Amino acid sequence: MKHLLVLGAGSAGTMTVNALRPRLAQDEWRITLVDRDDEHHYQPGYLFIPFGHYRRDDVVKPRGRFVPEGVELVLDEIDRIDPQACTVSLGSGAVLAYDELVIATGTAPRPDQTPGMLGPEWRRSVHEFYTLEGALALAEALRTFEGGRFVAHLCEMPIKCPVAPLELLFLADAHFRERGMRDAVELVYVTPLDGAFTTPLAAERLAGMLEQRGIALESDFVVEHVDDDAKALVSYDERRVAFDLLVSVPVNMGADFVARSGLGDELQHVSVDPHTMRSHQHANVFALGDANDLPISKAGSATHYSVEVFADNFLDHVQGRPMRSAFDGHVNCFVETGGGKAVLLDFDYQTPPQPGRYPLPGIGPFTLLEETATNHAGKLMFKWLYWHVLLKGRALPLPKARRGNAPREVIP
Amino acid sequence: MLVTIAGRPVHVNEEGFLTDAGEWDEAVAAALAADIGLTLSDEHLAVIRFVRRDFAERGTSPTLRRVSSVGGFEIKRLFVLFPKKPAKKMSYVAGVPKPIGCV
Ligand SMILES: Cc1cc2nc3c(=O)[nH]c(=O)nc-3n(C[C@H](O)[C@H](O)[C@H](O)COP(=O)(O)OP(=O)(O)OC[C@H]3O[C@@H](n4cnc5c(N)ncnc54)[C@H](O)[C@@H]3O)c2cc1C
Repeated sequence: MKHLLVLGAGSAGTMTVNALRPRLAQDEWRITLVDRDDEHHYQPGYLFIPFGHYRRDDVVKPRGRFVPEGVELVLDEIDRIDPQACTVSLGSGAVLAYDELVIATGTAPRPDQTPGMLGPEWRRSVHEFYTLEGALALAEALRTFEGGRFVAHLCEMPIKCPVAPLELLFLADAHFRERGMRDAVELVYVTPLDGAFTTPLAAERLAGMLEQRGIALESDFVVEHVDDDAKALVSYDERRVAFDLLVSVPVNMGADFVARSGLGDELQHVSVDPHTMRSHQHANVFALGDANDLPISKAGSATHYSVEVFADNFLDHVQGRPMRSAFDGHVNCFVETGGGKAVLLDFDYQTPPQPGRYPLPGIGPFTLLEETATNHAGKLMFKWLYWHVLLKGRALPLPKARRGNAPREVIP
Repeated sequence: MLVTIAGRPVHVNEEGFLTDAGEWDEAVAAALAADIGLTLSDEHLAVIRFVRRDFAERGTSPTLRRVSSVGGFEIKRLFVLFPKKPAKKMSYVAGVPKPIGCV
């Protein structure tokens, strides 16, 4: 009996076992999935919590509900991988041996990496929304916020869902308008990038949307520390940005055990081949989802498309054949822009986001790089799709723009 | 696009970044540096050599964090050596692509 061990039962791990269990014979393959707790979080939903659109119940469900029969779910802390011995030790002391290993333990916000962030102002005037706890605390802070400088901040790339801080600002703008206090609030976006976003066209469009809303952009700002007393962000080149309410996206890092096991880069992400997601170091180790170092957005959509490729390849791999599928880096993400609208970005390794239309029978077409209400419907629908379709490893009813035969219509 | 830098033909993109790291040498580096107002010291060159070595090994330009944590150069110092936009400037002078803070 062979053993496939999957570490992490978030989006990637859950999709992986759902995609592979039906395709691996029960009497040949045992599959085990490990996570530290029994709460599956729909992380894209964190964005809507500060503004009271979603509550805890919308974003948390027990993991077991999404784990298929024939997969054993083990709840334990992962402590270390020994890739030579092909074993994984757990917090309880248990040791699991594997034939094939999938690392799907994601990436997590690390406020401890920025000096001063976890000071006395933490969760008072210094916030984050990349954890459920943080999003709930921010909701509370927003409720009593009476105006002043609201600063959204990105510490360092890469982060999961790189558009999320922009979305937070767009929603904050709409939120303060609704409350009739927009004039009392100064909105600022502070980023280490040289513009609102990474690729030129999307950066230009998104910068335009910031400007339209009167949101100031402070770019090329690499934070050195948070000055808790003065309530200011301080950069390495000694620029200061004052805040009354700071919402920062802390440095995102892979799990500590990845580094302990000698598998991580400087941010503890696992270095993999960009087309097969296989470790550069070990032929029976793969890393899927946010845990790897693919040069593309860390997003649920990218995870979904890459897990599909991985599942096809895995069957080749275990039969000793060359892996025939190659991931093209496809990602799409809806950018919530407030007031019931959203923008859709669609891109891959070769093609940066560009304007156009994205066909979707029944609901679409979605309009790429433009603000529309249909795109907003798409963003909300994503929650339903996530729980009911994506996690179960079923195909996403969003066509693969550049791979299948349902190409995007690009408006010249 | 083909241009002449330090008296030799070199391929660059629209932003002036070298498209073939193999066409780089220290004379080219000095000219690129001068172009953005820098005079290269040994300290600059030590950073540049790390950036090139890391690019050769991994195929991507190192981020600021990587130059600091793997290369061992302090970020604060990098901001002094390559003011305002160190990640971009280091890559520019080192003749490697502009680092994309992954989309
Ligand atoms: C605010 C926010 C908004 C987002 N918006 C979008 C969006 O609109 N669209 C989109 O596509 N994506 C979005 N994302 C990104 C998306 O949520 C992630 O890309 C996706 O969850 C990645 O899945 P994963 O399985 O790699 O990681 P995760 O889903 O984070 O799962 C990792 C799992 O590993 C477990 N784990 C980690 N370390 C250990 C350990 N030592 N021991 C045991 N278990 C461990 C964790 O408990 C967790 O369950 C957003 C993310 C955030 C934070």
